[in-house]
Amino acid sequence: MIPSDLRAMAEQERERQEGFRCRIMVCAGTPCLSAGADVVLETLRQGIAEGGLDAEIESVATGCMGPCSRGPLVKVRSRGKEIVYERVTSESARQILFSVVKGRRPPTVSPLPPDLPFLARQERVVLANSGSVNPERIEEYVAAGGYEALSHALHEMTPDDVCREVSLSGLRGRGGAGYPTGVKWSLARKAPGERKYVVANGDEGDPGAYMDRSIMESDPHRVLEGMALAGYAIGAEQGFIYVRGEYHLAGRRLEGAIRDAERKGLLGSRVLGSNFNFRIDIRTGAGAFVCGEETSLMASIMGKRGQPWHRPPYPAQKGLWGNPTLINNVETFAAVPAVVGRGAEWFAAIGTPKSRGTKVYALCGQVEIAGLIEVPMGTTLREVVYEIGGGIPSGKRFKAAQSGGPSGGCIPASYLDTPLDYESMERIGTIMGSGGLIIMDETSCMPDVASFFLDFCRDESCGKCAPCRVGTVEMHRLLRRITSGTATMDDLVKLEELCELVGTTSLCGLGMTAPNPVLSTLRYFRDEYVDHIRQRRCTAGVCTIAENPAPGAEGEALLHAMGVPGEVE
Amino acid sequence: MPVITLTINDELVSGRRGESLLEVVREHGITLPTLCHMEGLSERGGCRLCIVEVEGSPRPVPACTTMAREGMLVRTHTTRLIRYRRMIVELLLAERNHYCAVCVSVGHCELQNVAAALGVDHVRYEYLSPRVTMDLSHERFGMDHNRCILCTRCVRVCDEVEGVRTWDIAHRGVRSRIMADLNYPWGESETCTSCGKCVQVCPTGALFTKGAAVGEMVKDPGMLRRVLEGRDRKEWEG
Repeated sequence: MIPSDLRAMAEQERERQEGFRCRIMVCAGTPCLSAGADVVLETLRQGIAEGGLDAEIESVATGCMGPCSRGPLVKVRSRGKEIVYERVTSESARQILFSVVKGRRPPTVSPLPPDLPFLARQERVVLANSGSVNPERIEEYVAAGGYEALSHALHEMTPDDVCREVSLSGLRGRGGAGYPTGVKWSLARKAPGERKYVVANGDEGDPGAYMDRSIMESDPHRVLEGMALAGYAIGAEQGFIYVRGEYHLAGRRLEGAIRDAERKGLLGSRVLGSNFNFRIDIRTGAGAFVCGEETSLMASIMGKRGQPWHRPPYPAQKGLWGNPTLINNVETFAAVPAVVGRGAEWFAAIGTPKSRGTKVYALCGQVEIAGLIEVPMGTTLREVVYEIGGGIPSGKRFKAAQSGGPSGGCIPASYLDTPLDYESMERIGTIMGSGGLIIMDETSCMPDVASFFLDFCRDESCGKCAPCRVGTVEMHRLLRRITSGTATMDDLVKLEELCELVGTTSLCGLGMTAPNPVLSTLRYFRDEYVDHIRQRRCTAGVCTIAENPAPGAEGEALLHAMGVPGEVE
Repeated sequence: MPVITLTINDELVSGRRGESLLEVVREHGITLPTLCHMEGLSERGGCRLCIVEVEGSPRPVPACTTMAREGMLVRTHTTRLIRYRRMIVELLLAERNHYCAVCVSVGHCELQNVAAALGVDHVRYEYLSPRVTMDLSHERFGMDHNRCILCTRCVRVCDEVEGVRTWDIAHRGVRSRIMADLNYPWGESETCTSCGKCVQVCPTGALFTKGAAVGEMVKDPGMLRRVLEGRDRKEWEG
């Protein structure tokens, strides 16, 4: 395929789509599928077939539309207008189809208001196609302007130009740390080495986060295009996309996307008629949170035990099989086609001076509408919770937002007006992280929340370094004592001391950030900890306070319950 | 190798390029505790006892996996570092059963020595006392998981020196266990050559020779050096 073929393909697909009077799109992301989207889609398809409407109406299974808690979602697009229906059942799907045919409103199903802030307040860059193209048809991505950026880069830009464009855009790593992407690319480009690799990190393990999954499921080609651009920019011919083992759908769609792209000459040898060759292979994770850490991820790709190694040397100098390796998050790669295609200036104009562009968040917890959103950097937490998310249900009060998963921290109500950008979040003791936002109301107990995250880290510690392996267990035990009302103030001192040790001496990011949920809840909700210890009381009414105030055997059962399968007792 | 100059504890010292900080520090007579490091084996950086402070680095770094560089400013024994080391040893002691009185290696145990040198006379953390087993299926040796600190010296010596890789780690985190082959009893391992190198490099009483009484299990870590140097000189060839 050469650039003119690509344009012809886009044109042909656009004509095909315009040939339909109406396109009915059903969200086929994991949340909607689990709510029954497949049944809805089937009903629609049957209805269309029975009515002999195949030439007029097309049903499309798309990626995530956003308001996941309201799924299954159905979008009707006809004559340039869009109507979105929520919580669609096969009954209401029939009504929707009927109304489309008759041109009347369905009798009992009402669509979402077109100005619903959840949809209207967003600015979609990475998710631009999400919910409007079929992720399993490459033609639809191409019709939406896909692979144009790659074609432009390959034929009109040098690799240095691409690196420069990414640098100028101010794009920063969306995986959590926010390292400038352009700098990373330039380092990998300059690193001496015959062979280089590009790796996309799609191992997303944070509780409550599913941004990367949605991107991979909804618009797999966007990630592939971003990786190919990276490969061209740094001089790599091989890319790996590391997908979390639990993400079957994402893996399957990526696999199909890679195959299609290779068949069309958009990946593989002599991409788009240029001299650039680029292959992408999928690697599936076996279920370890630590494999999201870049050195562990590379160990896992190489078929070794998923454990981190000491940096420096950084992956850009010495990564996969000792060669320079560029690792970016899936969302970062997904932003690149827009950066190259629409220009660095356009991208840099969105967001704040130091955090540019948009960020995808998985908004969940105690909010009216939970789901996937994309907003410009610097949008305040209040706007996200109260405008986009529709506020806290049942008239309860907002208590805190947990951001960044187990590596992150809590944002209390007093910081609701904090802009969500890298610097502001770090200033208040949390991180942007990969974009998980868990909203909590007054019925959440903060020591209990900290205990939940510590439990997660304890479970996911790889066991290589002593502070993380044992420290997280001891910290979790101390937290359990606190939440059960059997702790003393001395235990709190011990807990804080362990936070310091684990945070400063651990080998990798998992251990270094494991104490963050404790530290940030202690910072803003210390009185709750003290209440549990001194008054033996849980104000939120979450914790079960032990009858006996003396430290009992409550923690004892824990490790015994952790017995290793197959081991003789 | 070109010589480099760095400052350790306010003193100018020299080292060679390509050396680790730990090597330079030890060459200058400064004792740094380590449990997972062993000369002749690859570095692991897992026990975190050899952490030192390097100017410009926001957090302490392990001396074993950090290369010595020209002009580095290093501190090895600040109050903070000593406190951290003590806490790490306490955590290791709390992790499994380390009752020295009933251990074959009492008196000849590196963990015990490190704890004594750091003045760890009690453990403030809850003993986790996991139920782990002993593996006495091997003809000559035994493995007591209760004493294992997961330093993986046995794994590395078996892989890198003996070239067999009988040992590996099963599971993760605090549930990690050393295992033989694919979790077989050691005695049924098809790969083990019974060379005994793992027993000699084990810092505690986790790997021991059968029949040794408490306090008798003296290990010979110098064995590794003799083997490696002998190989370099091709002593056993031809």
